[in-house]
Amino acid sequence: MGLFKVFDIAGSSMSAQSLRLNTTASNLANAGSAAGSAEEAYRAKQPVFQAVLNDLSTDGASAGVRVKEVVESNAPPVKVHQPGHPQADADGFVWMSNVNPIDEMVNMISASRSYKSSIEVLNTSKDLLLRTLSIGQ
Amino acid sequence: MGLDINKALDGHSRVLGLANQRLQLLAENIANADTPNYKAKDIDFLSAMQAADMQGMQVQETNARHIATTAGPNRAETLYRVPDQPSLDGNTVDAQMESSAVAETAVRYQATLTFLNQRISAMRMAITGGR
Repeated sequence: MGLFKVFDIAGSSMSAQSLRLNTTASNLANAGSAAGSAEEAYRAKQPVFQAVLNDLSTDGASAGVRVKEVVESNAPPVKVHQPGHPQADADGFVWMSNVNPIDEMVNMISASRSYKSSIEVLNTSKDLLLRTLSIGQ
Repeated sequence: MGLDINKALDGHSRVLGLANQRLQLLAENIANADTPNYKAKDIDFLSAMQAADMQGMQVQETNARHIATTAGPNRAETLYRVPDQPSLDGNTVDAQMESSAVAETAVRYQATLTFLNQRISAMRMAITGGR
């Protein structure tokens, strides 16, 4: 029954989008984190999505989505001169994270929209299934 | 003159099968709206219904070694959608179009369920004689 697969597909999408929201929350929380060297500085994390085949038995080959990996942004950390900072190096510099809060807010909105569309599809399928069950009554 | 119950309900069940398949594809598209290089999929409802009508004419098997036709009447060939606005990451899903297609397919499905219900109650009426 095809409509049941919609639950799996929408579920995989919701789980992937919630991981995206998690990375966004982590990035925003660490937007102001400082470190004593460029290597230790927090780098923005982004998930990479991948279509995944669930079922090869049908010609449609149902495809959900999964998070293939979480990559770190390779933008350079921001070097700030703050001699009073407890983590400052010998020359008085600290490295701030390379998180761009605007990018993260956009990502958050995009993730929440995608999450909502998946819920919409799920609810539609659920209504249709329930109506199908009550056929002929 | 007899009434074949299978024939009476067949057209509607085909629509349900096709709407089912289309909803699944649209769910996949929406799930993969942010996946790089994912190509949106869909079926052609009209030509799938016409193909289902054609399959009403069964192929005769005159030899035991003839291969039976395997194409199911309730499924259509999956096609890739031609994108209006392809994005840079190679994804061809248009979230707005997918949502409206879901709504359209759901209405089609519900309409078919209504027709089926009416036909079933008509047959029930014929069986019970309106009592």
